[in-house]
Amino acid sequence: MPHDEHDPSARRDPEALLRHVQAAERSATRGALKIFLGYASGVGKSFRMFDEGRRRHERGEDIVVAAMQPDMDPGVEQIARTMEVIPTLMTAGVPVIDVETVRRRRPQVCLVDGLAYDNPPGSHHAKRYQDVDELLAAGIAVMTSLNIEYIDEQQDFVEGVTGRRPHETVPQAFIDQAEEVLVVDAPPDAATSEDADRLSKLRQRALLLTADVVDQQLEAYLQLHGIRPTWGTQERILVCMTPRANAAAMLASGRRNADRFYGELFAIYVNQPNLTADDCSALDRNVILARAQQAHIDVLDSKDAIGAILAYARAQGITQLFVGHNLRRSLRTRFTGTPLDRLIDEAEGIDVRVFPH
Amino acid sequence: MAPDNSAKRGRLKVFLGYAAGVGKTYQMLSEAQQMRKAGVDVVIGYFEPHGRKDTMALTEGLETIPRKIVEYRGTRLEEMDTDAILRRRPQVAVVDEFPHTNVPGSGRPKRWEDVAVLLDAGIDVLTTMNVQHLESLNDQIWQSTGVRVRETIPDWVLQQADEVVMVDVTPSALLNRLKRGVVYPPDRAKAALENFFRLPTLVALRELAMRQTAHAVESRHPQDDATDRDEGGTTLQPRERVLLLIEPDPASAALIRRAKRVADYLQADCLAVYVAKDPTLGDLEPEARESVERQLNFARGLQIETRILEGAEVAEALVTFARTNGVTQIFVMRHKDQGFASLLRRGLVQRIVGLAPDMQVTIVADRSSQRPIK
Repeated sequence: MPHDEHDPSARRDPEALLRHVQAAERSATRGALKIFLGYASGVGKSFRMFDEGRRRHERGEDIVVAAMQPDMDPGVEQIARTMEVIPTLMTAGVPVIDVETVRRRRPQVCLVDGLAYDNPPGSHHAKRYQDVDELLAAGIAVMTSLNIEYIDEQQDFVEGVTGRRPHETVPQAFIDQAEEVLVVDAPPDAATSEDADRLSKLRQRALLLTADVVDQQLEAYLQLHGIRPTWGTQERILVCMTPRANAAAMLASGRRNADRFYGELFAIYVNQPNLTADDCSALDRNVILARAQQAHIDVLDSKDAIGAILAYARAQGITQLFVGHNLRRSLRTRFTGTPLDRLIDEAEGIDVRVFPH
Repeated sequence: MAPDNSAKRGRLKVFLGYAAGVGKTYQMLSEAQQMRKAGVDVVIGYFEPHGRKDTMALTEGLETIPRKIVEYRGTRLEEMDTDAILRRRPQVAVVDEFPHTNVPGSGRPKRWEDVAVLLDAGIDVLTTMNVQHLESLNDQIWQSTGVRVRETIPDWVLQQADEVVMVDVTPSALLNRLKRGVVYPPDRAKAALENFFRLPTLVALRELAMRQTAHAVESRHPQDDATDRDEGGTTLQPRERVLLLIEPDPASAALIRRAKRVADYLQADCLAVYVAKDPTLGDLEPEARESVERQLNFARGLQIETRILEGAEVAEALVTFARTNGVTQIFVMRHKDQGFASLLRRGLVQRIVGLAPDMQVTIVADRSSQRPIK
């Protein structure tokens, strides 16, 4: 996946993490949100959602349907009709959720097929997801369906693939706070191979986007329960920049590997007291390179460079450590060998990749 | 690898999940029912009901090929009857549990080998598996979940599938299913909740399944993106070649899995060598020799090209081979040895790094010693 289209700050975003933790904490009063995410229409999001609603209804949960799509598959509509339907209000020819009636009715769960709708001007909320937010705030759980094409932050990508830029969108932040996101995957039923390629890109993006949400949820869960993560679900590559290492090659390879593995790239250098002016300007150049490769960049302050690198790697759940060959030539001590030897000895659970000059 | 007459070979579709009860078989059978209604000649070659009523209801109207009985140590066990399916020659066969290991004496050791026979005969196959059964993920799964999976399937088998579909369910919904007794009978469900079915485990596996499916989608629809280009963004990268060093240590298996996974993701070739003074391995103790042969076989099973190099000095023979074969990355393993043994090891790693300043050398972590999330 091309990294220029993928905002790395969307991952491990402290704000997103906070939203997950907050979501976990407030779930006692607020309704839970479950999103059925698909990559195109016709993959079965609505079916999955209504089918789950029907089964939960049969098990005795109080469920209502608050919105259906205009042209539904008759089979899906039949399933939806097994539950109580609160009809949408037609305002200026646009269906709007009857929030008042749903709130008064107070079901346990409310189903909303199609999250990314704009309400007509003059409505209480401009966007349907804001109506949903109101229902959630009122303590009603919501299950809803959404196509990746309508996520605000995905618009550049979507336009690149489909040539279209839908104006009715939902912000990623709304998706991040969902308790559950389910990916509805199905191979594309495409007429041409061009269509198949296009759909595959959207499909891949939907899978990776959900994987990222899942990853943040896992992280939030582990933090909430005070568990130190020993990862392995996602590749996290850390490039250790030293003044004399070939940082450009290491960062380019790091980016390529991170993209191939749908992983993340980190770059650090250790600010040691004995650096020369030349060293400092080399490091400054490296930071610019790291920024160009969209790495998460950190500067560590420590007299013990190897110790600091390893502590950072453990805290960030790094799976691969990229270091320069020149570490080998630095001063060796009798007991620990070269700094590279020590790094390899102590990098338990992390791959160490040594780069040529 | 797939034979070249691929036009006649059946199509393989895999429903990929991350745990029992996510709905793989349910979705597979739903699709089989749709096919049947559309007039396709589809049969059930093997189906494991696990006592799940919803799933069993979906077999109605589908022809089932009776299983064959295999006697093993006085017990009568049932396996898929591949010959009977071949005789019946349907257009499509539904075969549950792709990574299943057959009872000894039932013909082929693995079900995926039976499936390959069906595909070769031109029969399309729908099948199911969980992501944790993928060979190259074995150590990673252990590291992040504490689950050591025994029944594995080589990655190339999944790579040959024409279509991989992720069957998703959220972990909380899955845990509810388990508590309601939909997945397992009550006593088994209780044990499962205490072991495998813990929330962080399920979340981690689910994430892996999503990334694996994304990888499967990408490799079937190669994308003209920046990752195939060099820093200048114009020309194609020369093909990477990964070389790994096999040692008599059984922990080589983890190295082999890891190197192969990296090679696959980088779309690189993968080679494995063992360096011996005597290429017939005659100089090794029987135990070490057996271990080396096992590692070489294991590598070959994952479609890694293997070679025994003759040489008195391991690092030198390895690096010379790497250089003459256009290798770009060397993978060696890191030992958990202490004291003197670790100093010896360090010597080998140091020698390799020292001799190959023009290559990337990766020292692979020993993930087996890590304590997983509890």
